[in-house]
Amino acid sequence: MILNRKTPPEFRAIDNITLLRPAHQKLGNGCNIFCFNSGDQELVRIEWVFGNERFNPDKPLLNTGVNTMLTEGTGTLTASQIADKVDFYGAFLQVDYGYDQSQVTLYSLNKHLQHTLPVIRDIITNSVFPENELETYIRNQQQKLQVQLQKNDYVARRIFNKALYGNTLYGLGADADTYKTLHRDDMLAHFKQMYQPSNCTIIIAGKIEPDILELITDTFDKDWKNAVVPADTTQPELESSAERFYFTEKPEALQSAIRMGIPIINRTHPDFPALQVLNTVLGGYFGSRLMANIREDKGYTYGIGSGMTSLKQSGSMFIATEVGADVCKAAITEIEKELNLLKTDLIPAEELSLVRNFMLGSLLGSLENVFSHADKFKNLYFAGLDYDYYDRYVETVKTVTADRLQQMANEYLNFDRFYKVIVGKY
Amino acid sequence: MVKFNRFTLDNGLRAIVHEDDTTPMVVLNILYDVGARDEDPDQTGFAHLFEHLMFGGSVNIPDYDQPLQRVGGENNAFTSNDLTNYYITLPSANIETAFWLESDRMLSLAFSKKSLEVQRNVVIEEFKQRYLNQPYGDVWLKLRPMVYKKHPYQWATIGKEIKHIEDAKIEDVKAFFKKHYNPQNAIMVVGGDVKTADAKLLAEKWFGPIPPGEKYHRNLPQEPDQHEERRATVTAKVPLNDVYIAFLMGDRLDADYYVAELMSDILSRGNSSRLYRNLVKEKQLFSEVHAHMSGSLDKGIFVFEGKPLENVSIETAEAAIWEELERLKTEEIPADELTKVQNKTESTMIFSEMALLDKAMNLAQFELLGDAGLLNHETEKYLAVTPKQVKALANKLFRRDNSSTLIYLAEKS
Repeated sequence: MILNRKTPPEFRAIDNITLLRPAHQKLGNGCNIFCFNSGDQELVRIEWVFGNERFNPDKPLLNTGVNTMLTEGTGTLTASQIADKVDFYGAFLQVDYGYDQSQVTLYSLNKHLQHTLPVIRDIITNSVFPENELETYIRNQQQKLQVQLQKNDYVARRIFNKALYGNTLYGLGADADTYKTLHRDDMLAHFKQMYQPSNCTIIIAGKIEPDILELITDTFDKDWKNAVVPADTTQPELESSAERFYFTEKPEALQSAIRMGIPIINRTHPDFPALQVLNTVLGGYFGSRLMANIREDKGYTYGIGSGMTSLKQSGSMFIATEVGADVCKAAITEIEKELNLLKTDLIPAEELSLVRNFMLGSLLGSLENVFSHADKFKNLYFAGLDYDYYDRYVETVKTVTADRLQQMANEYLNFDRFYKVIVGKY
Repeated sequence: MVKFNRFTLDNGLRAIVHEDDTTPMVVLNILYDVGARDEDPDQTGFAHLFEHLMFGGSVNIPDYDQPLQRVGGENNAFTSNDLTNYYITLPSANIETAFWLESDRMLSLAFSKKSLEVQRNVVIEEFKQRYLNQPYGDVWLKLRPMVYKKHPYQWATIGKEIKHIEDAKIEDVKAFFKKHYNPQNAIMVVGGDVKTADAKLLAEKWFGPIPPGEKYHRNLPQEPDQHEERRATVTAKVPLNDVYIAFLMGDRLDADYYVAELMSDILSRGNSSRLYRNLVKEKQLFSEVHAHMSGSLDKGIFVFEGKPLENVSIETAEAAIWEELERLKTEEIPADELTKVQNKTESTMIFSEMALLDKAMNLAQFELLGDAGLLNHETEKYLAVTPKQVKALANKLFRRDNSSTLIYLAEKS
């Protein structure tokens, strides 16, 4: 029999997707623990997630500075001792600062947890932000910032966030002088108020034997007490700027960075999953319209994409690319053309069915291991959603109509209302 | 431990199957034994440009991406100086689509002129985005020719210059395909929710009929040992000075490879490493300083990079790095310090077993080295390294007359 290479093999659409759900317990001190127990390797990832303190415009770097410096010294351990302990036991310790939450993450082999957990306990209960370490931190951050500010895409992102979110945690773009507002006393006070059990969620993923769980609950329940004043995780109102066009000229640029978009609904809104379908069609995958047109047909760029962010107070949809400086205007014209097409023409059935399958495959593929299941949970939990969100998501991806998507494009994607940032040549 | 089965098709295609029933996905990874080192010195950047063209349609399938996306799959590829690697991940129910797509482009490409024209532009934009329009982006374009005088590692995968990419002709593309893209020069790894017997049937069905092609016999000029100190200084519009010191080291199969990797960890992995602790924290000379290895198959590069603080002279900064190297050459490292980086390596290996695609790529790369099973002996090789070996290797590598120093100065405005 001759092999038919012209016709694609039969395929099956993805029917349903099963997400692991965590076991939950609440410690006496108010700290919530969620456990994802799965996997063959004798290891765990543990995350301690804290809601960010209310933004203070006069001391804008407190959330970042405190989180980043958690590894720089406690009442009992110096920065070197912390690093030595973590590294000696082959563990990985990360601190990550986010827009809504900040966290500490430990990756550890189970056999070493008895040695690594006490270090984390010390960090999140007893950090002291030594003066000399703070000086080093500030100086190095200021130097690194100088390099970042030479990157057009970095500059474009800062301008964009500032325009959308104003003077808030979301809009913050520090310059060298901003670091001068960081003082040890303020950091200590911020730390005490934010890093307390009632503002902490612990998420454990990996092979969790009962003795492991007991070790963790013991370490983070006993003697870890709340402060008198609870954390204040309310945030000031976002204020979008009236100006919608920003051009920063770089006369020697070979490429221009373009970032444009609008504040939009977040994950809690019923339209969000359908909007994700629309976003995928526009610029959310390699075969998207923006890629097909601006990279694969015109060759203006190495890459272009659109994305959606979902934050506690807001969401946004944005398009970002770096294009040849000489074709910057042409690229923007094409972007506008693609946005308008979504409003005037129905998405053809074949394209829509491709995007449906792609999105479901992508969701399935994103569940690579137990850590990914925990990540999905975080998306829900911190947005105040339940697992039925993913049921609705899958259902929407499977069934949303081209008519509905066209309506949504008209409702949400008004190019004239887009914030447009260009860094380079225009 | 990453278990696998292995078979070879009659046309010479080597195949490895890793069964993993914890995932609903499969990976099909195809490694072609060709990289930038196999390029003509007057046509550099070609292996990478060619990788882009592999997505421009094949002989029976006009569009590569769409049919894959339609069945819920994703793909990508990368080119290095040594090899070119393509991978697909997709729901296991649709595994056959991956075999259909990958086998057709191994059989033959469409060789579309439009695709060549567009991808030339895309790659030129990539050249600008990653190498020219970034502060310090061109460092490796300058450093490679300092370290390599004979070996084709002297150019980066993106190529020596944009002109080489502009000049690519469709005839060159066809010749390159014929020379390198055939079953004998490829390694296939199938991983995930699949049984070996099924993978074998699919491999025979789709890849079996492809003619074996010609085996490419690599015969590259090897880099001779270095016996002279090399230095260069460039000035550019960057905010901070930057110091690079590169040393020529052994190849990937050299027993010293594992010693070198641990030495690089001792110097630069994590906040307890020597360079960070001594030069950033204690002496306060650098805002950042790192060591790493190129990890190439032929003789590699062991390189230091540091940005001194603004009040620190280049001479002081360089001397401080050398002081750390002298320490490694004269004092044996404490057993605890070695145990620390060995523990870290061991746990890294265990964590990497959680990622299906990583496992598939690793198996392919070790098979290219001679045996996929080597992957499962990596940890023990790291654990066998002794402080004496570290000291001996430091003395062998970190010599002035084995160094290439590039000083990247910030232009004063």
